[in-house]
Amino acid sequence: MSAFVRKHGWTLGLALLLLALTVVTRLIQPTFGVNGFESLARAALPFAFATAGMAVVVIVGGIDLSVASMMAVTGVLAAVLMERMAGVPALVIVLAAGLVMGLINGALIVLTRVPDIVVTLAMLFVWEGTALLILETPGGATADWLEASIRGFFPVEGIPKALLIIGGAIGVVWLPIRRSKLGLSIYATGSDERAAFRSGVAVGRTKIAAYGLCGLFCAMGGLSLAALTGIGEPVPGPYLLASVAAVVLGGVVLGGGKGGLLGPLIAVFILRIIRTILTLMAIDPNVTTIVEGTIMVAVVMLGTWATTRGARR
Amino acid sequence: MTELPLLDASGIAKSFGAVRALTDARLTVDRGEIVALMGANGAGKSTFVKILTGALKPDAGQVRIRGAEARVGSPAQARRSGLVPVYQEPSLIPDLDVADNLRLADTPVDPFRAWVSELGIAGLSLSDMIGDLPLATLRILDLARALAAEPDVLLLDEMTAALPTDLVEHVLKVVRAKANDGLGVIYVSHRFTEISELCDRATVLRDGRSVGDLKIEPGVEERAVELMLGQKLALGLRDTAGGAAHRTGTPRLRVRALAAAPKLTDVSFDLYPGEVLGVVALEGQGQDELFEALSGFEPPSDGTIEVDGTPMTFAHPADAIAAGLTFVPGNRAEALLSQRSVRENIALPFSARIASWGPLKLRHERERVGYAIDKLQIDTRAQGEVQRLSGGNQQKVTIGRWIAKGVETLLLFDPTRGIDVRTKRQIYPLVRELAENGAAVLFYTSELEEVPLACDRAVVIFNGRIVDIIDAAAADEATLMRAAHGLTGEDSAA
Amino acid sequence: MSTQSTDPPHVRLGLFLRDNPMIPLLIFLFLLIAALEVMRPGIVIPIRAGRDGLISTFWVGNLVKFAIPLAMLAACQVLTMLTAGIDLSVGVVATVAAFVCATLSSIWGATPAVLIALSTGVVVGLVNGFGVGIVRVHPLIMTLGTGLVATGCLQVYQRMVINAGTEIPGGLEWLGIGRTFGMPNGLFLFIPFAIFILWLMRYTGFGRILFALGSNERAASLSGVRAWHVYLALYVLSGVIAALAGLLYLGMIRQTSLSLANPLLLPSVAAAVIGGTSIFGGRGSYAGAIIGALILRVLDTMLTLMQMPEGARTALFGLIILAVTALYVRITGTR
Repeated sequence: MSAFVRKHGWTLGLALLLLALTVVTRLIQPTFGVNGFESLARAALPFAFATAGMAVVVIVGGIDLSVASMMAVTGVLAAVLMERMAGVPALVIVLAAGLVMGLINGALIVLTRVPDIVVTLAMLFVWEGTALLILETPGGATADWLEASIRGFFPVEGIPKALLIIGGAIGVVWLPIRRSKLGLSIYATGSDERAAFRSGVAVGRTKIAAYGLCGLFCAMGGLSLAALTGIGEPVPGPYLLASVAAVVLGGVVLGGGKGGLLGPLIAVFILRIIRTILTLMAIDPNVTTIVEGTIMVAVVMLGTWATTRGARR
Repeated sequence: MTELPLLDASGIAKSFGAVRALTDARLTVDRGEIVALMGANGAGKSTFVKILTGALKPDAGQVRIRGAEARVGSPAQARRSGLVPVYQEPSLIPDLDVADNLRLADTPVDPFRAWVSELGIAGLSLSDMIGDLPLATLRILDLARALAAEPDVLLLDEMTAALPTDLVEHVLKVVRAKANDGLGVIYVSHRFTEISELCDRATVLRDGRSVGDLKIEPGVEERAVELMLGQKLALGLRDTAGGAAHRTGTPRLRVRALAAAPKLTDVSFDLYPGEVLGVVALEGQGQDELFEALSGFEPPSDGTIEVDGTPMTFAHPADAIAAGLTFVPGNRAEALLSQRSVRENIALPFSARIASWGPLKLRHERERVGYAIDKLQIDTRAQGEVQRLSGGNQQKVTIGRWIAKGVETLLLFDPTRGIDVRTKRQIYPLVRELAENGAAVLFYTSELEEVPLACDRAVVIFNGRIVDIIDAAAADEATLMRAAHGLTGEDSAA
Repeated sequence: MSTQSTDPPHVRLGLFLRDNPMIPLLIFLFLLIAALEVMRPGIVIPIRAGRDGLISTFWVGNLVKFAIPLAMLAACQVLTMLTAGIDLSVGVVATVAAFVCATLSSIWGATPAVLIALSTGVVVGLVNGFGVGIVRVHPLIMTLGTGLVATGCLQVYQRMVINAGTEIPGGLEWLGIGRTFGMPNGLFLFIPFAIFILWLMRYTGFGRILFALGSNERAASLSGVRAWHVYLALYVLSGVIAALAGLLYLGMIRQTSLSLANPLLLPSVAAAVIGGTSIFGGRGSYAGAIIGALILRVLDTMLTLMQMPEGARTALFGLIILAVTALYVRITGTR
C-alpha cells in the first residue's frame, strides 16, 4: 500500500487538488453540477488528447511541438471529408492521417538525426501549411452524430460522454501498448537511450512508434475539435503550451522515462477547472488568458527546476 | 582437433571523421578460453568493444562467430548470434524495475536469480527500481543478466572496476567456472593482477591495431607494457631537485576536513606557493569531488577552504577563479570550445566577467595568447578549430588558457590522460617551472610514475580520506601503488 | 594541415562552406533573382521589358525595404541561437511594441511612446532571460509561453485604449516609407544596426561569450562565465531588437493590428538558419542572416508570382528549415 502511494503519490495529489478545485467551484457557483461538469469535460476533450499525445513523446524522451498543427490538419480533414462521404470511413481516414503524420515526424527525427525539438518545430509549420491547403478558411461540416457523440451523458446521468471517450481511447490505445514490449521499450528509451540500445531495444523504431501514437491522439483531438465546433478550423489552437504544461504538471518528467497518462489527464482537468473558476468569478476573458498563460509558464518553470535539481543529486 | 575459433574478428577498421580509431584490430577466442584485451588509453579499446558488440558498424573487417559471419548490426543481433556484453556503464534502465529490465532483454528469470545469488548478491527483489540500486549491484545484475542469456561468448568491459573486493572474487570464480564449461570470454581490463590470475591469453592493441598475442605466464607484464607503449619510452628524469619545499608562512591553499558527496569524507592539507602537491588515488576515491569543490563546481558539504589565510566559499567557478584557483578538468571535452579557434579558447577567461563584455583588447589578447602558445609549444597548424588538433595539443590549450591569464593556484586533474609521451614530457617541466615562479599546483594523476617526476609531496586519498602523505621525489611506483590501495605502514603484508 | 587531408571530400566541402557561408548564399541569391527575371521579364532589369534603366532601383529598393524588419528579427534569432537558444516571442514583441507606440503617441507624443514601446521589449526579455538563464527552461518553450502571455496582455491593453485612436510618429513613417536615392530610409536605421551586431559578435567580450556558451556551456562556466548573466542580457537585447523592428514595421505598414508582425516570426528563424547559423549553438553569422532575409524575400515574390497559396508557403518555410538543418548535421557530422 505504501509502495503504491509512493509510486502514485503525485497522481493522487493531483486528484485531491482536482477535488478541492471542484469544491471551490461549487462554493462560487452553487448551481455548478453535472451539467457544468459535462460542458467542462467536453471543452477539455481536445486538450486531453493533445496532452495524451505529448505525454507519450515526452516519456520516450522527446517533445512534439507540432501537436496543435496536427490537430488542425485532422480537424479540417474531418470537416472536409464528412461533408463529402460517409462518417465512418472518414473517421478511419482521419485517424490514419494522424498516425501517418506522427510517424513522419518520428521518422524524420530518427533518420536526419536532427534533435526532435528542431524537427517538430519545422513540422509545426509544415502541418500548419497543410491544414491551410486543405481548407483556407474555416468551413466544411461534420456529421451530426459526431457532435452528438460527445454531448450529454452515457450510460447514466452524471457520466459525461466526453469523459467516457477519453477513458475509452486511452484504454483501447494506450493500456495494451503500455503493457506490451513496445510500452516497455518506450519507457526504456526515455529513461536511458544508450542502456536501452544495449539491452537490445530497437531505439529508432520505438521513437517512431511513440511519435506515431502522438499523431493518433492528435487525430482524436482534431476530431473532437471538429465535433465541438461543427466545422474545420485551419489555424492551430493554443494546445502546444497547454499540453506541455499539463504533461509537466501531470508528473511526466521532461527528458523521459517517468510518469504515465493518468496524471497529465487529471492535470488537464485542473487547468480547465481553473479557467471555469476564473470565468465564474466574472473575470475578463482576456485576463483569464493571461492568468492561464502565466500558470502554464510557471508550471513548466517549476517542472524544469525540479528536474534540473533532481539531476544534480 | 582443429576446431574453428568461437569468435574471430579480423581486419577491423573504423574512422570518425579525420580520426582513425582502428586500422587493423584482430581478436580470436576459442571455446573455454579467457582472452584479455589490453591497450593504453586511446589505443582503440572502447571502439573495438563497441564494434564487437554491434553498437558500432566497422568500416572494414568482419566478426565471425563459429565460422559464420555474424551480422552484428545492433546489440540485439549480437546477442542473438551468441555474443553478450557487459559494458562498463550498466545497460539497465534506471526508471524500470528489475523484472521489467529482464523482460526487455527477454531474459529468463530463474537462471537470472540463480546467477545473482551465485555472484554474491543477496536480498534482491524483482520489484526493486534499478535507479535505487548501488552501482556495484547494477554491474553484478548486468553480468547475471548476461549469463542467464546463455551466451557462447561473454565480453566483460572493465568488469571489476566499481566492485568491492569480495564481489570481485565471486565474479572471477564464476567466470573461470563458466569458461571451464566451454564459454569463451573477452576480458577487457588494465588490471594485471586479475589478468594473470584469470586469463589464458592477452591481445594487445596499440594505435588501433592488434600488435601482439601473449600467453599469460610469469613476466608477461613487462612484455605487455612494452607492446602497449611501442618502444620503451621512459617518461624522462626529473632534472631539478625541486624547490624542496620552503613550506613556511601562510599556505596558498589550506583545506580542512573537507567533505563532498558522495565520495569525499575528510580531507585536510596545506598547499604552499612554489609547491607541486600530488594527489594519488585509485579511480573514484573522492578525488573528483575534491577538485569539483576546490574549483567551485559543486559546493562541499562540510569543511573549510582558506586561500592565503582567508576563508572562502565558492558558489560558482567564477568565485574560485577570482580567488586565484584555476581548474583544468581531466576530460578535455569539458574544457574546450571544440568548434572555436585556439585563440578564442585561450582568451576565454579574459571575457568572462561582465566588466569585460565590452570591446576586446585585441593587442593584449594577442600578446598573452602568443605567450601561452610559445610557452606550451602548441602546434597551431590547425588552429581554426580546436577539435582538429591532436589530443596532446588540445590538452595544452586547456592549460594554456590559465598560463595566458597568469597562474596563482593551478588545479590539474589528470592532465596527461590519453596523450602522447612527447607531450607528457613537456608538461612535467612546465608544471615545475610554474611552481618555481611562485605558483601552487595541485596535481592529480592516474599514472603513478608521474608523481616523482612532477611533484614535491603527494597526498594519498583512499576511500574519501587522506591515508598518507609521501615525499614524492623519493617515492617509487611500488610504494605509491601500495599506498593508493590503502596499504600503509609495515603491517601491509597481511 | 595536419589532419584535413584525410577527410572525405564531402566533409571537406562541408567544412569549407561552413567556414565561408557567404559564397554559396550570394550565389543562391543571384540565381533566385535570375530565376525571377526569367519568370517575369523586366521585373529586375527593366530594359529587357523595353523600359528605362538597367537595374530597377524601385524593385531593389522594395526588396531591401521589406527585408529590413525581417533581417532585424533574424538578428534576435542569430544571437540567441549562438547560445543554442531561440526566441519565439519576437513576433509578438514587435507587434506589442508597434501597437503600444501607435496608441500612446496620440496621447503622450512620439518620444515617450517610442521609449515605452521599447521598454515592453525589455520586460519580455527579462522574463525570457529569467526563465532560460535562471530556471533553465528550454528557450523554445519559455519564449513561446511569454509570447502567449504577451498576446493576452495586448488584448487586455487594446480594450483599455479602444477609444484612444492611433497615430504613427512621423519619424517612423519617414523611416518606414521614405526613400532617398531610391533606397528606403530604413537603411538609416538598419546599416548602423547591422554594423553594431556584426561588431558585437566579433569584437566584444559579450560576443565571444555567446559563442562560448553555445559551444560548451560547461567550459565557459569553468572559465568563470556566469551563464545566467549572459542569458539575461541576451534575451533583453533580443527583446529590444524585436521592439525596434516592430516600430520600423509600424512605420512601414502604417496601421496597427493585434498580429501585425507575427507572420515574420517563422521567416526570421528561417533567415538565420539559411544564413549558416547553427540552431545547436556556437556557430553563426549575421551577414549570412541578412542575405538569408533577402533570399526569403525574393523567394516570397516568386511564390506570389506563382500564385502559391499561403499554406504552401508556410509549409515550404518549415521544410527549408528542416532541410538546411539536416544538411548541416549530415555534412559536419555534428549533432
